[in-house]
Amino acid sequence: MPDLGLEVLFKGKNMLRLLGGLWAALEISLISVLLSIPLGILLGIIMVRKELVLRVITRTYFEFIRIMPQLVLLFIVFFDSTKLFGINLSGELSSVIVFTLWGTAEMGDLVRGAITSIPKHQYESSLALGLNNAQTYFYVIIPQTVRRLLPLSVNLITRMIKTTSLVLLIGVVEVTKVAQQIIEANRTSSPNAAFGVYLTVFMMYFLTCWPLSILASRLEKKWG
Amino acid sequence: MKRFKAITVSIISASLMFSLAGCGGTSAEPDAAGTADTAETAEESSDSVYRTLDEIVEDGTINIGVFSDKNPFGYVDENGDYQGYDVYFANRIAEDMGVDVNFVSTEAANRIEYLQTGKVDLILANFTVTPERAEEVDFALPYMNVALGVVSPDDKVIESLDDWNPDDEMIVISGTTAETYLVENYPDITLQKYDSYATAKNALENGNGAAWANDNTEVIAFSLQNEGYTVGIPSLGSQDTIAPAVSKGNDTLLNWINDEIVSLGEENFFHTDYEETLADTYGLDYEESLVVEGGKTTDAE
Repeated sequence: MPDLGLEVLFKGKNMLRLLGGLWAALEISLISVLLSIPLGILLGIIMVRKELVLRVITRTYFEFIRIMPQLVLLFIVFFDSTKLFGINLSGELSSVIVFTLWGTAEMGDLVRGAITSIPKHQYESSLALGLNNAQTYFYVIIPQTVRRLLPLSVNLITRMIKTTSLVLLIGVVEVTKVAQQIIEANRTSSPNAAFGVYLTVFMMYFLTCWPLSILASRLEKKWG
Repeated sequence: MKRFKAITVSIISASLMFSLAGCGGTSAEPDAAGTADTAETAEESSDSVYRTLDEIVEDGTINIGVFSDKNPFGYVDENGDYQGYDVYFANRIAEDMGVDVNFVSTEAANRIEYLQTGKVDLILANFTVTPERAEEVDFALPYMNVALGVVSPDDKVIESLDDWNPDDEMIVISGTTAETYLVENYPDITLQKYDSYATAKNALENGNGAAWANDNTEVIAFSLQNEGYTVGIPSLGSQDTIAPAVSKGNDTLLNWINDEIVSLGEENFFHTDYEETLADTYGLDYEESLVVEGGKTTDAE
């Protein structure tokens, strides 16, 4: 067994600190996910509408958020909101704002894709059966959309959880930052600690995201 | 199909135009989502970004930006407490000011932004004073020296670069201040350039070069951790200093910090600080060359 410097995890409160960091990351991603899903569904429905103005606006929003690296968005919200408007947002709140904006854009696109992927004959058949527009959506289109959507949105959630490691750059101490702190504090006494600590962080991310991945693939099999 | 294409093209071109125009006003979008929370923070938006000394004292808490992963200058110990040379000083500042301290974990790349936005009152994150940075923030009196150092094997310690053997080569890491300094001041010394700390370290250990020039704190720590090497030149070239920094124009806080540094000099505070935090890494031999007491730099080299 190579020396992984795992002993640093049992020093003082290090393990608790790592778990606290993991919670900080999960808190940001969970709040953002809870906000992104309804907002994203709304955005997706707007994106498939035929009105040109709405389409241009939503498309611009989506492309803008998607092209911008998340790190740039974080810096814009955290620092530039203060520079330009004097609004002093905390690191955590800035992170939630950015991840919600990003999650909404991505979710909106997934919803748009799921709705447009429903074949035209589904609409026509239900209309032919005598259902009105609302009934068509409620009984035919939405159930099929949700099935296509669920696995994709679970994947989006895992992506959001993993991307939270960026928030350390705006001063939010989350699991990756705590890991760096532990490694650095023990640089001389346990030079190999980087392996053990990052391995632990990897396991933490894995144990958080893996159940979601399983859920996604189950749903895919069941409904795909 | 043709109609579909025309629509797509027009949408794409329109959105391109919008996104170009949107670049200037990017912050408006995040703002909309944040309106619910702006109310509680709006009170802090006064004319200036920074808080004056009185405002900090009145508030009862000073926000100090420090490194949380730069042992032994600013790091977090196993109990989650901030420690290190910078932190020791920060705690003393808060104590003398009569306020609590709130440590903010900063990165090398965002230290200036933190001050420009007033998100911290003071930066004590091993901040080297440079003319470029002094245009963006206000530096107080220095409390530490940084310079270059040269480490060499014990059996052939190099103590001066003036009688450099032309056959010898000097190890440097590309892009460091050591490289720039040697090229400018000792053009006759042949340099062996490496890309990383690890490769430069290997080169010295394999005897590829006669000596290794780098930041003096780095070579000192190296010689103490690796037997058989001595720092023959602990302080080379222009001395740079490390100083606290405040937001540009925050004179009340700047003056208070300067007075504090001068009065701490009378009790040899930074020597105590060194002994408490840095001596484990750098030993006591380098105390005088690294510590700046009372804000007075002595050019004793």
